Amino acid sequence: MSFLSNYIKEVYGAVSSLLIGMKRTGYYLTHNKEVITEEYPEFRAKMADRFRGEVVMTHDAQNEHACTGCSACELACPNGTIKILNKFDITPEGKKKKAIDSFVYHLELCTMCNLCIVACPTDAIKMSQNFEHSVYDRRLLTKQLNFPGSKLREGVE
Amino acid sequence: MFSIENILNSFHKWLGSMLNQTNVMLIEMALIAFFAITLFAILGLVLVYLERKVSAFIQIRKGPNRVGPFGIFQTTADTLKLIVKESFMPDKVDKFLYQLAPFIVMITAMLLLAPIPFARGVQIWNINIGVFYVTAVSSLSVIGILMAGWASSNKYSLLGAMRSGAQIVSYELSAGMAILSIIVLTGSLNLQDIIASQENGWWIFKGHIPALVAFVIYIIAVTAETNRAPFDLAEAESELTGGFHTEYAGMRFALFFLAEYINIFIVCAIGATLFFGGWMPFHIGNWQAFNHVMDFIPSSIWFFGKTFFLILLIMWFRWTFPRLRVDQLLNLEWKYLLPISMLNLLVMTLIAIKGWHF
Repeated sequence: MSFLSNYIKEVYGAVSSLLIGMKRTGYYLTHNKEVITEEYPEFRAKMADRFRGEVVMTHDAQNEHACTGCSACELACPNGTIKILNKFDITPEGKKKKAIDSFVYHLELCTMCNLCIVACPTDAIKMSQNFEHSVYDRRLLTKQLNFPGSKLREGVE
Repeated sequence: MFSIENILNSFHKWLGSMLNQTNVMLIEMALIAFFAITLFAILGLVLVYLERKVSAFIQIRKGPNRVGPFGIFQTTADTLKLIVKESFMPDKVDKFLYQLAPFIVMITAMLLLAPIPFARGVQIWNINIGVFYVTAVSSLSVIGILMAGWASSNKYSLLGAMRSGAQIVSYELSAGMAILSIIVLTGSLNLQDIIASQENGWWIFKGHIPALVAFVIYIIAVTAETNRAPFDLAEAESELTGGFHTEYAGMRFALFFLAEYINIFIVCAIGATLFFGGWMPFHIGNWQAFNHVMDFIPSSIWFFGKTFFLILLIMWFRWTFPRLRVDQLLNLEWKYLLPISMLNLLVMTLIAIKGWHF
């Protein structure tokens, strides 16, 4: 008889546990006010601060950045995302001074590994939280990060 | 009184006054074919929309809400997309069987529409073995599924089709037993007689606990027979990349998809007819006044209300329970559902002989 009582217990346990599950989903089915859907185009989620969207260069109000053109980020990058093109300014004293001409960033190659940000000695670049990267032409994914006409901030070196 | 039955009868008389019997029959058959196809299209759109909304609400989402008010035209847009899509056929398939399979599944679903009473006096074919016809024809759909799985020459398709075969053959037994226990009470296989026997109350209330057990077994078994979660091993998108319809695309895929939803409608309609009285309004014994009030609600509304209640129940199952393994699936049938339904049939027979039911 113990077989039969076990059998009945099993059936009872199965049915009651299924009913517990159905009660929960039935509650959600009838209480559809508390939806967690964030409707995308009207509502854009604020990404977390540590989210890595793309590399940007920080510029201050005087259009000055902190990049010395040392190429540490270019060396740190595992897949050749960053290319730094340097130029040489002539200072009033007649000395040659190294400065960046353009900081080329290939977004299509970037894996958002954060190594360039860690490698940067002057904290000139950082990760932004922008996640909408789609463009109609892939050439648009190659970006120049230093703004036109920007120059090195005094006292960074 | 205004009713679908009267409209149909007067239309039949009007046709008969103008044409001879053969032409009337031909025209009516064409009209019924048109009606069946229209009903299929509308049911497909409505049920897919309903399923997506139910799943969304259960998962605390919003579901389709962009195309039209509350997204009601979403499924129409999806269907248009499927129609214009290329019906791609892989190279090494068995071309004849591959193209035939979706139509077998669809025709089976269409044949099942024949004996279903939609409202008082509205039935395509009043056949005296209606329930038997439904159980016999519904098992044909497994041939279409096996055909699709075999002809695709794809291991996932074949696995899904074989699983589906094992599943449908097993679960037909307990579905048949559950149906039998109502047949024992009514003593007729005719769906109209079964409905007429529920004039003073539905069998699920009149048949005591055995009727309730039979209903639960019926719902479980037909969920398995229509290949729906938690018994969707035949398609199991996470294991078999779609099962028997992996290699199908475009409108052929849509036919499989549509047939699944039509089958749900049909098994729910049969369940509603057997256990909830089909188009019969909610009657309680000899309460004449109450019964008259209930009669004011049209019988078609009763039928579709009950059917959609059962469809909602099956959708609720789908979005609650996880999928079973193959061995669990067969254990459930052969060790639990079949013995219980056999015992239940015995108890039901005792009740019917002794006349203990109301």
